[in-house]
Amino acid sequence: MGMDIAFWILAVVSVASALAVVLTRDLFRAALFLVLCFFTVAGIYATLSADFLAGAQVLIYVGAIGVFIIFAIMLTRDSRQGSPSGRLRLPALFIGFLFLATMIFALVNTDWNVVAEVPTESTTSAIAHAIFSEDGFVLAFEIAAALMLAAIIGAIVLVRDK
Amino acid sequence: MAVGLEHFLVLSAVLFAIGLYGVLAKRNAVVILMSIEIMLTAVNIAMVAFSRYGQFITGQVFVIFIMVVAAAEVAVGLALIIAIYRSKKTVDSEKFDLMKW
Repeated sequence: MGMDIAFWILAVVSVASALAVVLTRDLFRAALFLVLCFFTVAGIYATLSADFLAGAQVLIYVGAIGVFIIFAIMLTRDSRQGSPSGRLRLPALFIGFLFLATMIFALVNTDWNVVAEVPTESTTSAIAHAIFSEDGFVLAFEIAAALMLAAIIGAIVLVRDK
Repeated sequence: MAVGLEHFLVLSAVLFAIGLYGVLAKRNAVVILMSIEIMLTAVNIAMVAFSRYGQFITGQVFVIFIMVVAAAEVAVGLALIIAIYRSKKTVDSEKFDLMKW
């Protein structure tokens, strides 16, 4: 029961803040609403008993990516322009609703194979076993590290003063 | 009605649709990047929901990799936007269509 109330509060706040990101004209407020949206999504991970991911979400999205986006807004300040909609606003609205209707129709009419009981143990060691055990995702993990290094070097090269 | 898998999937679809609208409709390149982040987060919610209600941990491992890719993507994307702002003095996506055929 408590989890249900938590889910509804978090869901309403995350959808409202996501809407505010795409509807508000003030760039800085949009970034703050994005951070709020990421934070409520961390709460949704907690209601799904994904404790490790809730922590990672707060660290990576709320902390790092939020600060990064606010920095980018400060560096590319276009104050009189704000964040207007382009010519494609109405087609985009139509495509968004079409996608949403299709997805909800498909989701509600599928018979999911659901296990109801709540997992009791912490997910951190389970994730570690899934990544680092013999037949795990070790190769993907190493490739992700190489991808991060490439992205960091690429970002430095792109913004460096010539 | 108790909250189940469908609720999380519908929430994920709603967030994805909002992000899709933002990517297609907004003109500021930073807001487009923020909308892409919303879409990635929506996919992560679906992954974690399937992982929770299917009792397999692989979904959460995938979410970690998606987070890594999202962080790399936002770093390179914002670097590109700052580089374009330096040369063109604007972040309006309708004004830098230099790669449009």
